[in-house]
Amino acid sequence: MNPWIFVGLFLVVGLIIPVGAIGVAWILSPKKPNPIKQTTYECGIETVGDSWVQFKAQYYIFALVFLIFDVETVFLFPWAVKLGALGLFAVVEGIIFILILVAGLVYTWRKGMLEWA
Amino acid sequence: MSFWNDPLKVAADWLMGIFTGWGMPELLAQILIGFLGVFILIALLMVVDILLVWVERKVVARFQDRIGPNRLGPFGLIQPFADIIKLLIKEDITPAGADKVVYNIAPMLSMMSVLILWAVVPLAPTMLGVDLNIGVLYIIAAGAIGTLSIIMGGWSSNNKFALIGAFRQVAVMVSFEIPMLATLLIPTILAGSMGTAAIVEGQSIWYVLLSPLGALIFLVAAIAELGRSPFDMAEGESELVSGYNIEYSGMKFGMFYAGELLHAFTFGGFLAIMFFGGYRFFGLEKVSPFLAIAVLLFKAFIGYWIIMWVKYTLMRIRIDHMLGFNWKFLTPLAFALIIVTGLMNALLADFRTPETMWIYVLGMFLSNLLLGWGALEIARSYSRRERARVEAPKPVVETAHH
Repeated sequence: MNPWIFVGLFLVVGLIIPVGAIGVAWILSPKKPNPIKQTTYECGIETVGDSWVQFKAQYYIFALVFLIFDVETVFLFPWAVKLGALGLFAVVEGIIFILILVAGLVYTWRKGMLEWA
Repeated sequence: MSFWNDPLKVAADWLMGIFTGWGMPELLAQILIGFLGVFILIALLMVVDILLVWVERKVVARFQDRIGPNRLGPFGLIQPFADIIKLLIKEDITPAGADKVVYNIAPMLSMMSVLILWAVVPLAPTMLGVDLNIGVLYIIAAGAIGTLSIIMGGWSSNNKFALIGAFRQVAVMVSFEIPMLATLLIPTILAGSMGTAAIVEGQSIWYVLLSPLGALIFLVAAIAELGRSPFDMAEGESELVSGYNIEYSGMKFGMFYAGELLHAFTFGGFLAIMFFGGYRFFGLEKVSPFLAIAVLLFKAFIGYWIIMWVKYTLMRIRIDHMLGFNWKFLTPLAFALIIVTGLMNALLADFRTPETMWIYVLGMFLSNLLLGWGALEIARSYSRRERARVEAPKPVVETAHH
């Protein structure tokens, strides 16, 4: 049998359990909403303005660097699996590949993009 | 083959006989048996999860010089069940401006992302949900669903605290995913496979001996991925009250909470599987699969204990320090470690015979130690320079006379 069927079963059962728990709570719990209860919680004071405001996107650069390294590491996994069979030459090739991407990290670093400010 | 040697296969064959006896097609019977097995595994996990609530509360109490829950049942063991009843009958409040669909899906995804991780956990030599040949990548992919649930919960709550908490947590999670992925490459290199079963089978010598630095980096990255102190930016109580789950109440909050505990336990298990031999313990796993499960759970509990120990000992780190630590120290170190591991593994390949194995192990161990020491020295000299810069007397501003 295809092993991915099992993964699908895990997905389904993994959803059924929390849905069941929340469903039972939904049946048992009292439902008495009122406008005061449903206000946004903010330590006792009224919220000023919309909550979906734009925050400074320091995350943008981090997300970009993350994407590059994430994809890189995924490329490295097949290399890692066959490393034992391929020998020293493949190791050196892999090292060159890593160093090229580390150069990218160094460039980002020198440009001051890794500062959280 | 008796029940005690291979319980899963015996039970599956027995059920298969019953189902096909009813005239059910074989594929459907297989899927049904798989469904039952998965359901039992996940139900048992939920029981473990309930016990974890008790363990966590008892341990944090001990760390803080308190007694912890001790009224309900012996040692307060019934306490988590009382907690569940309370969570079930709490009113579920949805804030007025919330995005209802996303708001309700987030806690379910949070729990699911943890539960599906157990698909690739090898419990015993013959007990494994799925032997995926890309098991390591599956772990990372399932973890990404957890990240998604946090940003969903934080964004949909229509609360500024929740949104800031979610932003921070996601920044930390995506950052620390890089060293984690990189250290997961090390068992892959050593075992020559991405499958978790093959990684455990390959550990006749625990990988922590071949790569102690890798195990350490994995632990640090795992704690950050879990969003636990000292990396609990999302929940920074003193500034964000509770972070991304601030508006959740009742069972929905319970799902986030239980998911977090089970996540920590699961990563204790992965630490054991990747670096501490999984279910292997001096041949004990060959005696009985039940003993193997006990060994794995014991090791997972030790990993969980270490994660708790770190959580209740260290203070929260500022977010800029945390991201700086990751990108400027941990990530370069992890990649240097891959290079060193790959090189040493290839150079010492001839020594991987039973007689000269000790040379191989010693070489790997010492190269790791050397790299760790070098990295620490670089970090130390950097912090000395920084301290000298910060503590240097401010130059007196000369004015007027010139």
